[in-house]
Amino acid sequence: MSDHNTNAEKYWQANLRLILGSLVVWALASYGCAILLRPMLSGIHIGGTDLGFWFAQQGSILVFIVLTFFYAWKMNKLDEEFGLQE
Amino acid sequence: MDQFTINLLFVGGSFALYFGIAFWARAGSTKEFYVAGGGVHPVLNGMATAADWMSAASFISMAGLIAAGGYANSTFLMGWTGGYVLLAMLLAPYLRKFGKFTVPDFIGDRFYSKTARLVAVACLITASVTYVIGQMTGAGVAFSRFLEVDKSTGLVIAAVVVFFYAVLGGMKGITYTQVAQYVVLIIAYTIPAVFISLQLTDTFIPAVGLFSTHTESGLPLLQKLDEVVRELGFRDYTADVDNKLNMVLFTLSLMIGTAGLPHVIIRFFTVPKVADARWSAGWALIFIALLYLTAPAVASMARLNLLTTIYPSGPTEQPIEYAERPDWVQTWETTGLIKFEDKNGDGRVQFYNDVPAFQDEATARGWEGNELVVNRDILVLANPEIANLPGWVIGLIAAGGLAAALSTAAGLLLAISSAISHDLIKGSINPNISDKGELKAARISMFVAIVVATYLGMNPPGFAAQVVALAFGIAAASIFPALMMGIFSKRVNSVGAISGMLAGLGSTLVYIFLFLGWFFIPGTASFANTPDNWLFGISPLSFGAIGAVINFVVAFTVSSMTEEPPKEIQDLVESVRYPQGAGEAVDH
Repeated sequence: MSDHNTNAEKYWQANLRLILGSLVVWALASYGCAILLRPMLSGIHIGGTDLGFWFAQQGSILVFIVLTFFYAWKMNKLDEEFGLQE
Repeated sequence: MDQFTINLLFVGGSFALYFGIAFWARAGSTKEFYVAGGGVHPVLNGMATAADWMSAASFISMAGLIAAGGYANSTFLMGWTGGYVLLAMLLAPYLRKFGKFTVPDFIGDRFYSKTARLVAVACLITASVTYVIGQMTGAGVAFSRFLEVDKSTGLVIAAVVVFFYAVLGGMKGITYTQVAQYVVLIIAYTIPAVFISLQLTDTFIPAVGLFSTHTESGLPLLQKLDEVVRELGFRDYTADVDNKLNMVLFTLSLMIGTAGLPHVIIRFFTVPKVADARWSAGWALIFIALLYLTAPAVASMARLNLLTTIYPSGPTEQPIEYAERPDWVQTWETTGLIKFEDKNGDGRVQFYNDVPAFQDEATARGWEGNELVVNRDILVLANPEIANLPGWVIGLIAAGGLAAALSTAAGLLLAISSAISHDLIKGSINPNISDKGELKAARISMFVAIVVATYLGMNPPGFAAQVVALAFGIAAASIFPALMMGIFSKRVNSVGAISGMLAGLGSTLVYIFLFLGWFFIPGTASFANTPDNWLFGISPLSFGAIGAVINFVVAFTVSSMTEEPPKEIQDLVESVRYPQGAGEAVDH
């Protein structure tokens, strides 16, 4: 039983780490590059405007898609590693 | 064949398809009615989620808002997609593992309290009804355009159609209908966008066209647009925003609101496994992104097209004469959504930003005020006409806009009616109600919800997308924090969760009512809704994020001062964290 608990505990910690890492990227793309850091990135030109504008209207959405699929793939793998899959 | 007949054919045809599917997949049991029997493939569920999600606000209003606001309104793009990242990681898999029918089901069990469940029902109904208003307004606009009636009549027609449609379906019918509606709406949205992108930039993909060269001028499209709007006294399209705090909070409110909207969450109860719930969130986001990556292109191109139509020789030259205005302006004038008033009596259409800063320039050009008022909500619907696209594209847009409004309305009505029949009636008032009685109660509550939504749709507090934004504030401040704490903390107890939800919801509602009128009754606002009056420059639409923080803080503080939850509740929290042994969604 204690074995099961430590195993489950480790699985949950790994999940929390993965979520935290993903959310850092999530926030960097949207609140960072697209909003707060836009003035800093204004030197990088792209299609008649700057990188911050691109992140706001396109880049962040692409980052969100990659993150969601990465998380699903990684977690489904973790489920199996820890023997917790359905 | 005239345009009216074409529209009727497209809309009628798509309706026949939905009714057919809804009839084929009609719900016989409560399980089919609430969670579609629990066996929907993750890709199909992703598609249905996308249709459920992309509402009249996304389809009809969003591009118009971005066209008007430019960079500043990118918040809608990020806010309405970024929430899926939160949903995929923080809520969907665990709630699927929990395996019940509704969101209040989880809150009631996790916080071992009927009161918590009732508070959740109240939050859910408030958020969903507010959201339905936006759908009704949007559907009203679409109907009024293609049936050529006034807005209120359009609204009533929309209400009648949605009612029959949602009552027949249940979740099972709604799911498969939404798959068809997704296909209709994405085709309808993409085809005109591709045409317009080809016309303006020679680029096949609109999202690429947005950052390409405007063929006619040889300048990058966005630079060209900036120059044109500047000549007419508007802010640069790509101009940065001064109030970054408000922009961040507004985006955050939309994101956590998205993750906390019950009609989206319950979609993840319909897939067979926890792993499917994770994939399904990704698929939903892909299907949503197909429209959301096109929308900013549509916005900028339509804005440029509109200004080029009015100033055919460029913004520094004379605008067109009213007598020579294009047909589409005339048809939209009959709906009252485009208004023209010849203020300087020269017979021409002066369309510019009538602000003090532009006053001198306007006077020098002999202009005595902006003469054209274009409702932002018509931009997507009028887009094909503005770009002179063939009649069948216009019919397609009408069908697509209605698909978007109706699929979301149906999803919301399901969330509302399941909260009333399952959580309120079966959960509290009459636990012994039969399966058949519960189904009947669900259908009656749908009727009441739609009557309320129609009344409020006729007296809306803002544009369709902004009305929807209010629902987000409420979902963000009440439901999302409660669900997240229920999964990620074993310490938060029933008193903590209830006081948190009430504090979050209460503070958000008060802040919104202060500026937009108490209970949205016109004329009852305590302060004018202007940035000067806002607390720290936070708009009422951005307050949801603050409400969520208040909810978290109150819930943790109160919980830490009171007893920890009983052992079996802590075990319940353990069990939702691990996918093993999920089984299918079950009744109590």
